[in-house]
Amino acid sequence: MKAAVVVFPGSNCDRDLAVAFEQAGFDVSMVWHKDSALPAGVDIVGVPGGFSYGDYLRCGAIAAQSPICKAVIEHAGRGGYAVGVCNGFQILTETGVLPGALLRNAGLKYICRTVDLKVATADSVFTRGYSAGDVIGVPIAHHDGNYFADADTVKALQDQDRVAFTYEDNPNGSVADIAGILSENRRVLGMMPHPERAADEGHGGTDGTAVFRALAGMVAAA
Amino acid sequence: MKARVHVMLKNGVLDPQGEAVRHALGALGFDKVEGVRQGKVIDLDLAAGATEADVTAMCEKLLANTVIESYSIEMQ
Repeated sequence: MKAAVVVFPGSNCDRDLAVAFEQAGFDVSMVWHKDSALPAGVDIVGVPGGFSYGDYLRCGAIAAQSPICKAVIEHAGRGGYAVGVCNGFQILTETGVLPGALLRNAGLKYICRTVDLKVATADSVFTRGYSAGDVIGVPIAHHDGNYFADADTVKALQDQDRVAFTYEDNPNGSVADIAGILSENRRVLGMMPHPERAADEGHGGTDGTAVFRALAGMVAAA
Repeated sequence: MKARVHVMLKNGVLDPQGEAVRHALGALGFDKVEGVRQGKVIDLDLAAGATEADVTAMCEKLLANTVIESYSIEMQ
């Protein structure tokens, strides 16, 4: 089982994401933003949190145009698995792999704390380790995590059971309390909270590990 | 040749920064401000032969996120 974690200038959760994948049993390659191809045989691509390219222009906007992102878009287009966390979620929306956009937090403040997330669907390779309705504690750390999509897009996400996680106590103004969403084929997950920062007792909790374990179980069985 | 691109959040998209500026203006006693929207201005120095269509393509691909932002272009 192979995972690749993309590293942009300004990424700062790349190693955390790599460790979470490794703990779940993946061989992990780090991939530089100037590379134009993913390593052969990669099952899942992780797009990590951080401040790619200094958040210049808009969060994720410049990363979305990088050579490696073209490879990530192709990987997703072929039906490959991908997960984007925080800045990675912003990047995946900027590429168009996932719908919507992330705006400045409604309260204008950077927020860094553990929040309660409700698992909105267990019907995905990322969330099948939970039951729908489970409430888990996962850290957030973002300034631009206010998920926005137009009413038709939000309705489509809800009707197609593509909302992965919602906030119990919406910290940033996200529409419909959305914290994470799935692509149409349910193989790409984007979320603002950091499951890789809830993957070790030393982090204060392990509620995030099920995301990586469930994924590993699915890939191993495939 | 130069172009100036104005990027603004679309109407209907909450602009918390603009709202904070409006609030601050009110606190300073400027009570005749009913709304503030904050955007950005991007100035481009263009090589000879560049057209407005080129700048439009730049806006669509990178300078604006058309999910949430509108843009306008002034060729100068």
